[in-house]
Amino acid sequence: MPSTPPLIHVDHVSRDYRLGETTIRAVNDLSLEICSGEFLALLGSSGSGKSTLLNLMAGLDRPTSGAIHVQEKNLAALDSQGLARYRRETVGMVFQSFNLLPRMTLEENVELPLRLAEIDRSERSRRVAQALDRVRLGARSKHRPSELSGGEQQRGALARALVNQPTILFADEPTGNLDSTTGEQILLLLREIQDTLGMTIIMVTHERPLAERFANRIAVLSDGKLIDHFAMQTGARA
Amino acid sequence: MKLRDLSELAARNLREAILRNSLTTLGVAVGVASLVAMLSLGVGLQTLASDRLTKSGLFDAVFVTSRREFRGPGSDGPRKSSATTPKENPKPLDEDARQKFAALPNVVDVYPQIRFFTDVRFDNNTYSTNVLGVPESSRSASAFDGITGKYFSSSTAEEAILQQDFAKDLSPQPASLVGKEITLRYAERRALSSDEIAKEKDIDAQLDAMMSGGISIVSREKKLRIVGVIESDPSAGIGGFGGGRVFLPIRVAEQLHAAQANDVQDFVRGGGNGKPTYAALTIRVKNPKDVLKVEDAIKKQGFNAFSLLDAARSLRLVFTVFDLFLGLFGSLALTVASLGIINTLVMAILERRREIGVLKALGATDGDVRSLFFAEAGAMGVVGGLFGVTLGWLIGQALTYGTTIYLRRQDLPGVKISYVPWWLAASAILFAVAVSLAAGLYPASRAAKLNPVEALRYE
Ligand SMILES: Nc1ncnc2c1ncn2[C@@H]1O[C@H](COP(=O)(O)OP(=O)(O)OP(=O)(O)O)[C@@H](O)[C@H]1O
Ligand SMILES: [Mg+2]
Repeated sequence: MPSTPPLIHVDHVSRDYRLGETTIRAVNDLSLEICSGEFLALLGSSGSGKSTLLNLMAGLDRPTSGAIHVQEKNLAALDSQGLARYRRETVGMVFQSFNLLPRMTLEENVELPLRLAEIDRSERSRRVAQALDRVRLGARSKHRPSELSGGEQQRGALARALVNQPTILFADEPTGNLDSTTGEQILLLLREIQDTLGMTIIMVTHERPLAERFANRIAVLSDGKLIDHFAMQTGARA
Repeated sequence: MKLRDLSELAARNLREAILRNSLTTLGVAVGVASLVAMLSLGVGLQTLASDRLTKSGLFDAVFVTSRREFRGPGSDGPRKSSATTPKENPKPLDEDARQKFAALPNVVDVYPQIRFFTDVRFDNNTYSTNVLGVPESSRSASAFDGITGKYFSSSTAEEAILQQDFAKDLSPQPASLVGKEITLRYAERRALSSDEIAKEKDIDAQLDAMMSGGISIVSREKKLRIVGVIESDPSAGIGGFGGGRVFLPIRVAEQLHAAQANDVQDFVRGGGNGKPTYAALTIRVKNPKDVLKVEDAIKKQGFNAFSLLDAARSLRLVFTVFDLFLGLFGSLALTVASLGIINTLVMAILERRREIGVLKALGATDGDVRSLFFAEAGAMGVVGGLFGVTLGWLIGQALTYGTTIYLRRQDLPGVKISYVPWWLAASAILFAVAVSLAAGLYPASRAAKLNPVEALRYE
């Protein structure tokens, strides 16, 4: 793997939060390389800086120092419009709390990234249907999020993250609000997406067993630093 | 984001918080309505006033007198008039002068004042009353607005219009008089001896000759058909004297050569050539704005001229200030309404924080978020503006309706006090949209600047 250039290269990145006099270093001089097609799990105790790192890589936040290269482009060099474009075209995101817009039907929620990317209307409905079929929610397209179960909502959010055909999928504790069986379903779905679409997945999780079962690689954070970093044997994925 | 998607999203957002957004929009509508109602009242009252003033004949008239020193017949002043008469011989205000005035541009009518006190016979009864000659240009005067019957069929028609009180003396049903005949019995003035009088070089000698019977008076009768009855006296504004009760076309009145109170002066003013002159002429111009030019032209010809335009001008100033204040109060309401928009949108930001975060996470630019809030503010402005103009127009109609009822109760004709011209409606809507967009400026930029990470963390 090191022979090919990494998809994401986190290079000595720090992210400080200033609260009055004190400065909190949420991510502390962290370096990490992620290859295309990988399923990486970020583990660590609460407050260790997992979400902060994920947001930095997803272009939602900027590092205080250091550089993040994605497809050999430096995110720090992009202006806010360039970052928005990066999020729109290269990145899909899934959150712990689903974050489907309650005013819209599932279908409309999934269509949202297509609207933002100014995709033609005729093309949109096809892609929305395709994305919903992939997460097996085709029959629920007219329902509002409040009419869906937690697992269904997270699948809907996944469809929304996929509809723009991103290169990288970021998931911040996608199973955190779900019971273990539903969580497992979501992870199965993620791995299916990784396998069929060749997508790179980076997932933050608290649940080490789940990470060990589904991810290719595990990175462990503590106090904003990478303390452990290992690949799973392919056998473990069976 | 494309405009269509933007407006769809904005419309959806507005619909979702329908109650709050309707109330905000209603606030804009009330603001616009108050602005429109106030200004329509201003415009309406101004239109009404200038309409009335034009019709009153006060502001489109120039009053002309000769430059000759004025002296009544019974004057006890020094008898050496040559001492007080200006060196250059003042021009007489005679028929020639009258025709010259009539030929000036923008002059509608030139007429003397003809008024005499006489007897009117009707139905074997005799009534004493004032007869007044009415110029053709009075056709549009407000006094003839509520006429029962018709205005004179022509300027030489032997017809009469009666004033209502006088008509009531003739018959308990004034309206039934239309079409009937009355007979004027008047004293005709014969200027037989005017030539001889004119030969006298000394004016005072002329005057004496006149007083001792320079004119002979012959009793005459004239049949006139009643064509109309009016409530008020049209002459009140014309010469400033009023008091007419029987009105004739001025040409007819002139031909009667009826003896008038000011006849004596007329002959004195003959200027030595024996031609009759007028004590004063009234010149009616097309538009009050022509008054000054005509006034100047007449002064250049060597006559005294004056008009009430200065009064009209200060009236216009009063109305401009009045409009300004009405507009100011109306705008105040719209300003309050714009605070409502700001409040609603700022509330919406707090409420939709997470939504903004999601939009940004999905790739919305700051501009997309700003445009979305802007579109919502603009939409409230457009709807509020349209609704407000309608509401303002309705308020104006209601005011007009109310005033009309009140005026009717006082036996006065109804008036249109509120008037919404198209430019007022259009600019009110534009103003509402502009104010709404300005109100959306702060919330929109705040929403756009929202940090997505923090917005998503927010519970
Ligand atoms: N906006 C902020 N202002 C101040 N401190 C912050 C902010 N965001 C994060 N932090 C701090 O940065 C550190 C890392 O936070 P982060 O959310 O990345 O942790 P996490 O590993 O995702 O934890 P969890 O598992 O609980 O989600 C924490 O100590 C947190 O308090
Ligand atoms: Mg976290």
